[in-house]
Amino acid sequence: MTPAGSLLVAQDLHKAYGPTPALDGAEFSIHPGEVVAVMGPSGSGKSTLLHCLAGIVTPDSGKILYDGRELSAMSDAERSALRRTEFGFVFQFGQLVPELTCVENVALPLRLTGVKRKEAERRSLEWMERLEVADLGNKRPGEVSGGQGQRVAVARSLVTQPRVVFADEPTGALDSLNGERVMQLLTEAARSTNAAVVLVTHEARVAAYSDREIVVRDGKSRDMMLEHSV
Amino acid sequence: MSLLRDLALGARFALSGGREGWTRTLLTAVGVGLGVALLLGTTALPGALNARTARDNARNDYGASVDGGPAADTLLIGRADSQYRGADVRGRLVQAEGAKSPLPPGVSALPAPGTMAASPALRDLLASPDGKLLRERIPYRISSTIADQGLMGPHELAYYAGSDTLKQRKDTADDAAEVMRVNAFVDKQQEKLDPILALLIVIIFVVLLMPVGVFIAAAVRFGGDRRDRRLAALRLAGADRRMTRWIAAGEALAGAAVGVVVGALFFVIGRQYVGDISVAGLNVFPSDIDPNPLLAAAVAIAVPASAVAVTLFAMRSVVVEPLGVVRASVPRRRRMWWRILPPLAGLGLLVPMMGRGRDRGMFNQSQVIGGTVLLLIGVTALLPWLVEAAVRRLGGGPVGWQLAVRRLQLTSGSAARMVNGIAVAVAGAIALQMLLGAVEGDYVKASGEDTSRAQLVVPLAGSDPARQSGELRTLKATEGVTQAVVLGSLNGGEKAKDPEHYTPVTVATCADLREVATLPSCKDGDTFTATGGDYPYDNIAKPGSTLCLDPALGGSKTRAAAVAWTLPAGTRDAPSRPDPMGQRRTGLLLTPGALPQHAKLPTRSTVYVSTAPDDALAKERVLNVAGRADPLTSARSLNDTQTSGRFAGVRKGLYIGAAAVLMLIGASLLVSMLEQLRERKKLLSALVAFGTRRTTLSWSVLWQTAVPVALGLTLAAAVGLGLGSVLLRMVGRSVTVDWVPAVSMVGIGAGVVLLVTALSLPPLWRLMRPEGLRTE
Amino acid sequence: MSIGHTLLGLLESGPRHGYDLKRAFDEKFGHDRPLHYGQVYSTMSRLLKNGLVEVDGVEAGGGPERKRYAITEAGVTDVETWIRQPEKPEPYLQSTLYTKVVLALLTGRDAADVLDTQRAEHLRLMRVLTDRKRRGDLSDQLICDHALFHLEADLRWLELTAARLVQLATEVRT
Repeated sequence: MTPAGSLLVAQDLHKAYGPTPALDGAEFSIHPGEVVAVMGPSGSGKSTLLHCLAGIVTPDSGKILYDGRELSAMSDAERSALRRTEFGFVFQFGQLVPELTCVENVALPLRLTGVKRKEAERRSLEWMERLEVADLGNKRPGEVSGGQGQRVAVARSLVTQPRVVFADEPTGALDSLNGERVMQLLTEAARSTNAAVVLVTHEARVAAYSDREIVVRDGKSRDMMLEHSV
Repeated sequence: MSLLRDLALGARFALSGGREGWTRTLLTAVGVGLGVALLLGTTALPGALNARTARDNARNDYGASVDGGPAADTLLIGRADSQYRGADVRGRLVQAEGAKSPLPPGVSALPAPGTMAASPALRDLLASPDGKLLRERIPYRISSTIADQGLMGPHELAYYAGSDTLKQRKDTADDAAEVMRVNAFVDKQQEKLDPILALLIVIIFVVLLMPVGVFIAAAVRFGGDRRDRRLAALRLAGADRRMTRWIAAGEALAGAAVGVVVGALFFVIGRQYVGDISVAGLNVFPSDIDPNPLLAAAVAIAVPASAVAVTLFAMRSVVVEPLGVVRASVPRRRRMWWRILPPLAGLGLLVPMMGRGRDRGMFNQSQVIGGTVLLLIGVTALLPWLVEAAVRRLGGGPVGWQLAVRRLQLTSGSAARMVNGIAVAVAGAIALQMLLGAVEGDYVKASGEDTSRAQLVVPLAGSDPARQSGELRTLKATEGVTQAVVLGSLNGGEKAKDPEHYTPVTVATCADLREVATLPSCKDGDTFTATGGDYPYDNIAKPGSTLCLDPALGGSKTRAAAVAWTLPAGTRDAPSRPDPMGQRRTGLLLTPGALPQHAKLPTRSTVYVSTAPDDALAKERVLNVAGRADPLTSARSLNDTQTSGRFAGVRKGLYIGAAAVLMLIGASLLVSMLEQLRERKKLLSALVAFGTRRTTLSWSVLWQTAVPVALGLTLAAAVGLGLGSVLLRMVGRSVTVDWVPAVSMVGIGAGVVLLVTALSLPPLWRLMRPEGLRTE
Repeated sequence: MSIGHTLLGLLESGPRHGYDLKRAFDEKFGHDRPLHYGQVYSTMSRLLKNGLVEVDGVEAGGGPERKRYAITEAGVTDVETWIRQPEKPEPYLQSTLYTKVVLALLTGRDAADVLDTQRAEHLRLMRVLTDRKRRGDLSDQLICDHALFHLEADLRWLELTAARLVQLATEVRT
């Protein structure tokens, strides 16, 4: 079941919040440089799958292997360190820190890993340039549009050059045009750095930017591409 | 009419806004209630103090002595005041001389000899194990209880004991003046309040009430963000700006009105416990705390009215639009010039009064209050500017610091508002502590008693020399006594009967004489003339001249024979040195060998007793011995900080009060911190998702509180030291900065910050759990 | 799509040869299906007959394909009317997918599987279109988007149906 050369693999994940199961034997795998869409109706457990894969939430049972290491065997501090250095995150509403300027927001993950402020902001500006928001550097998130803010968020997710980017409904709050542009920039940037992208979405047009999709329904996952090739 | 309708609508929102609305109203009400209770207490205090003074006057026996002999309506009184473990014990021995002898207030019948009427506090103390030693000093059986009207406060230790020896003493003894003959207790003579004490009281009220005012102003703005959103919704539904302002005012009004009720409740409950509190030896009955109805009504009206005013004022800079709230004040940078005016005006009021306290002149109270209030208001006016100006310049540093600084830069106004109360309380408390410290230092100097040389002074009557030497032996043998310096006192006149001139004569061993003069050398039989003493005297003692030595300077009723004695030619000069009570002796200093008749001569003696420093009860045992020798003894502890006991209470009370005010403000800091954290639940979870450490966010929470508080405390320390210096100059003391109160007040403020941070960490960590991301 | 109206519209900017017309059409609208020359010829003769175009000139030594066409007044009016007339929305009432789902339910097959397979198929096409959009110019993007939105609409219907399968199953079986 586990394709060789996978960067991140999950097997038989179970997770329940109280009596309601969110994951019920879900599977997942992704290669470096691959974009995988996680689809499914709301409440199907796709966000929980993402949180488990990213080591934010520990599954009740099941195995998550990142780069050959067992995620659930790591301590909270180790998983946090992993998220700081190897993973990037994009959320639906950007979740930028409102009082920091855009460039400071982008630099935040770098600074958390101990990079000096000047250096962090210089590298952040490079990424903001790639995402066409370099001119917003000194503005606060409240002063930029939703699309711009989301591009800043994408820049923030990529600035540490992560090996996996987790994107949870990254275009959910944007109109089609802005959403398309964000997806295009995100996937291009990820491909250019050979980063894998786990893309949680319920929109087919967003999922179409992926290389393959996984459907989650009632906590169970289905890898359509795999089934077709079999 | 529509205005009233809007107010009522706001009030309804406050009272029926669901759990959230209720919490907000309750917070406001408790905050306002605490303030109201304190205000009511303040309005009641003058009345309470008056009632106390009136009771004190009603039982006064000082200067009440009547001339003439015994009559049917006279009463003999002997004062047996004492101290027990630092507490004053008011004791009186009484003996009726007729059927119509006056009764002291609160006493229903004069106690029979051997029995006493005791205050409830004394009765309880004597019954407790702690009162065991006192029981030896006051051995009388308790036959009745002194009623409240005969006591200053519920904690007062007092008794009236029946005696059958006073009459004999009044008639025959040398020290007959110790026994007074009175026919009434009332003495209209009223002591004027020390102007410095009056100043202290005024400042205490201002210092404690100002932060309460600031707190009330902050309390009516609790949960303002949510309210703004509600108001925006009202605008969407068609309310105009004026209406929203008045609806907001209505909400504040409801909170404040509930607060007044809560405050009245707090006051009534708190009054029950007022009897348990002693400040500076002041202790009053709950029934004394009876607020002036007019003032109480003023509080009940003024507090809600000012809540409305504060809200309307605050809403001035807020524009409620249908789609949200715009704070007009944010982009405008704060200017300094008008903020510096109130403190300058305050200084302008206070400075002209500098030095007036030197000659005990009264201060213009309204000028003092005005000046102090303006100076402290200056803190609240300057702080927002200071916070903004300081925070704007901050930068650099680790992520936690950056998060905090950026947040403060965006919302410096609300940060400053929160620490305003702390700053005012600390500034006032520092000034007051300085003033108290300086005034306290005065009293120490005035007392001049040196407790390093002796701890007690015990006078011994000398009518019976044999009995006195027995008493001395007992005293020296008392457990815990390490040393007793015995100084006999005689007077030397030029003739035996009614001398016109006399010289004080001190008789003691060489070792004991060295306690009062620096002797060149000394052996038994030597005689000295003390030089440099405190009091001038008639120098009739020339070597070779004869003096008539008499213990009581001619007035002796015992008529013990005065002894004629010739001053030897070898008498040397010896410079006087202060005795343990701080006095320099004058006259002749004799060793016993120079006066062979001494042993039989009735001599009053003063004994300076030293006790083992680690034996806390030794003093009480000595006083017991002295009391047994003479129930009317004026033996007492020496105290180089005689009055400091009173001020220590005030200072402690001030620390407690300031700490309580700071805790109150800390609570409001905590509320707004938690409110802010809850609002950013999602953001916090997102930060955790990309690997932010707990410590980073904890630091940011700490800095976010610590930076404005540090600025506030710095400003408060500066203003407090400044105000303290001005007050010191007003009472005519030199300005010495007492760092202890400044540092300790700042320390308490810093402690509040740490506490607020510590208390907001668990909710922060809870909010940082990944579950926060699960919202879809 | 009405080829006649499209060709007429292309002629409005100026007379063209038949060959030019085909090229212009293919370039702008014929990404998937280029026109056969015969189609152009037959359409143009129909338009000529109706008086919507006229022959502007014939190239020397030319066959029928060497004619230059120009639009007439009547032709301009016709184009105008066509552009202004709203297109009738597709009713999409006859859906093969719906039929398959109901039949799957009736025959006890896994209807969710039908839907998932269909989604995978839709997404496969959407990926191709998205990729083309990414590489192409603005007209490519607009054309692909049109298709993508339609495909997305299908998928949204699929999701909705999937969410109502249980309800549908009970209704179908009774």
